[in-house]
Amino acid sequence: MTPYPADRPPAGRAPADQAPAERVALPADRIALVDLLDRVLAGGVVIAGDITLSVADVDMVTISLRALVTSVSALAAHLPAPASTNWMPDDS
Amino acid sequence: MTSQTGTWLYGVTDSPAAIRRDSFDHLTGVGGGKLHLVSAGGLTAVAETVSLAEFGETALRRNLEDLDWLDSTARAHHRVIDALASQVQLVPLRLATVYREDGNVQSMLSEHGPRLRAALHRTASRAEWGVKAYAEQPASARAEAPRVSSGHGAPGSGAAYLRRRRDELAASQQDRHAALVSAQQLHAELARLAADTRLHPPQSPELTGNKSAMVLNAAYLIDDQRAAGFRQAVDDLRNRLPLQLELTGPWPPYSFADAGPDLR
Repeated sequence: MTPYPADRPPAGRAPADQAPAERVALPADRIALVDLLDRVLAGGVVIAGDITLSVADVDMVTISLRALVTSVSALAAHLPAPASTNWMPDDS
Repeated sequence: MTSQTGTWLYGVTDSPAAIRRDSFDHLTGVGGGKLHLVSAGGLTAVAETVSLAEFGETALRRNLEDLDWLDSTARAHHRVIDALASQVQLVPLRLATVYREDGNVQSMLSEHGPRLRAALHRTASRAEWGVKAYAEQPASARAEAPRVSSGHGAPGSGAAYLRRRRDELAASQQDRHAALVSAQQLHAELARLAADTRLHPPQSPELTGNKSAMVLNAAYLIDDQRAAGFRQAVDDLRNRLPLQLELTGPWPPYSFADAGPDLR
């Protein structure tokens, strides 16, 4: 949200092309996917669209996160399984 | 071919006149198309006409399993919401909210009007900030540090091994407990500056790439005029608490779009 500089005047909204220096947020293409999914999948107003009506809320989130975890785990195969409570890396 | 398209929604606003036309016209959505507005009952949804071959129910089930598709779609969805939330009060809709046609969107706006207005009111002139906290030192690092033998038992003996292992586990548990206590303090102090808070599940090290355990994954709804103070508070806490902190924001108020239970 580009125009949310921390020192923005309380009234009125700054133009979108101002204050990038005040941002903490990264551009959309550099935000960690997992942070983004925490928000766009787990957040937002949940209203069943008539197309997506039968895709259950929880199903959709878990399906997607499973895809994410599976894929990332494949890259980091030396790490323990995601579900494991023994999260400490064992290769160091 | 009209039956082969649907309407993908990004968010809802009650002040569409404040959208800057030039920037709106340059935005492209998840399907690569231009955006349009759908209004009813004093509320306006930001929408894109998308192909059901890619964004219909069957295709969505398949595509949501595809990490590359999910990545680019989530970013495109966010880009639109982020750009517009910087201009107008906008409540984000969750990814993959799709209707058959604009007329059904108008029905939705009327039906859910009170809920959407409440969300707009709750998040007005506020933004979401994310704070993730990690235990400062990987417990494994300390467990691997050379330990002074406590005396009896040859280094290789079973008894010495078991004693060392027990000590390591105890130290690791103490580290984790201390980090959780610090995380509670962190959350309590930041929550005092926030209009609302949400706690997301901590992310696993496989996802974060950080070997330390995540002990807090929180979102704070902060008044725009208090954003500088909030960032300062995070910096102060970073110095005071034995935690690694990651601050992200300002985000559109995704985590506060629905009036969920406050898990504070």
